Amino acid sequence: MIIDSIDNDQVTILLNDVLEAHGYDFLEYSHASIKRRIARLYTLDNFVSFAEFRYTIRTDKQYFKRFLEEITVNVTEMFRDPTFYKSLRNDVLPVLGTYPFIRIWVAGCSTGEEAYSLAIVLKELNLLHKSLIYATDINPSVLEKAKKGMFPLNYLKGYSENYVQSGGTNEFSAYYTANYSLAKFDESLNSKMIFSTHNLVSDHSFNEFQLILCRNVLIYFDKELQHKVFHLFDNSLEKLGYLALGSKESLDFWANAKNYKRVKTEKIWRKI
Amino acid sequence: MAENLTLGKCSALVIGGSAGSLDVLLEIFPALNRNITFPIIIVTHRKSGNDSLLSDLLQNRTGLKVREAEEKEQILPGYVYIVPADYHMLIEHNHTISLDYSEKVNYSRPSIDVTFQSAAEVFKNELVCILLSGSNADGVEGLKSVNKYGGSVVIQNPETAIMPYMPQQAVNSVKPHIILDSIKMAGFINKLIK
Repeated sequence: MIIDSIDNDQVTILLNDVLEAHGYDFLEYSHASIKRRIARLYTLDNFVSFAEFRYTIRTDKQYFKRFLEEITVNVTEMFRDPTFYKSLRNDVLPVLGTYPFIRIWVAGCSTGEEAYSLAIVLKELNLLHKSLIYATDINPSVLEKAKKGMFPLNYLKGYSENYVQSGGTNEFSAYYTANYSLAKFDESLNSKMIFSTHNLVSDHSFNEFQLILCRNVLIYFDKELQHKVFHLFDNSLEKLGYLALGSKESLDFWANAKNYKRVKTEKIWRKI
Repeated sequence: MAENLTLGKCSALVIGGSAGSLDVLLEIFPALNRNITFPIIIVTHRKSGNDSLLSDLLQNRTGLKVREAEEKEQILPGYVYIVPADYHMLIEHNHTISLDYSEKVNYSRPSIDVTFQSAAEVFKNELVCILLSGSNADGVEGLKSVNKYGGSVVIQNPETAIMPYMPQQAVNSVKPHIILDSIKMAGFINKLIK
């Protein structure tokens, strides 16, 4: 793939267009990553000139949907980083289980794999009935997929291994039914999920949670935007609530990090 | 193509490798000069979960500081950065690191192509990239970008590689500045110090 089909100035032009014409602000995303996503899409969709690419993104609503889906990264998996899920299962959720009601926000949920993984753990701890998972993403089309709870069957072997490594003791296949090339997850899992669009860049806090999961989203943001999002999470997290980030993300350099205490060695922090 | 060919200033060295490259790295590191004046970035294909193992192996063999690359971290001269398993690594124009969990490239994450291409654009003619042993063609496209931006392309002599496929693919389709026997790698890197 040729990454230099689009230059830096063109990236800035496009991102300004997207903000002006569609109201999505990507200007504070990490430049190298977003440039690579844009160049990839340009090559993938066989555009012949930057002018044509720019015009299509500005004016074609249908194509903009594709643009949004392709420049954001929607690679995810169930029980990604099994030790993280082990810590949720053993250290975090049992504490939240003492509350009468558990509100969880999965921010940047993409196609929903993390939300379903979480629901499985809650169910096994007998907490799902009193939990509500708000799963949000910037991108309406991935939320449509997430609602369905259907994932490609050929990934399930890997997910099942992750599940076992994370401390799951049930038969993983009990949670889904195979349907041609898809695995449809049990509806008891998504009956406790609310799906909604939410843009971490521009939307505000909408509730108070005891647990916020936002994994491998902030790596695409520049430092200033990361810190803004930490403030948003801080405003959306109850005292003694937990914030969980991706394996390479950290709260460490944020000004208010002193109000948070790390849970063991995983990327989980508790608001104190 | 003599290995004593003079290259210009080196502001960053990126080494990419796959199967069979660990042996070369373990051979290079004890011989590296401690006064290296540029950052060294290592991108290798491997299973996730054993990152610290590679860092530890290399750290035990050099006086340079070896660390796993952290996102948004500034890359500094004299440090060795290991690209973490399961993430692509890109370099921003302000020389900070961006990690990326997007689709695999050449069935690989991290992909050597991704880091080579990104570094090529940022360091231009002050970049040196070395491609080592491996059994797929990752790195080849990246080396083309390095050439395009005026950086220096170094390929391990496929005859000295445990898995010659990857360096051979590169030799076939990219114009290298130097093809080096693995035994001469460390000496070459030390000569990049200005």
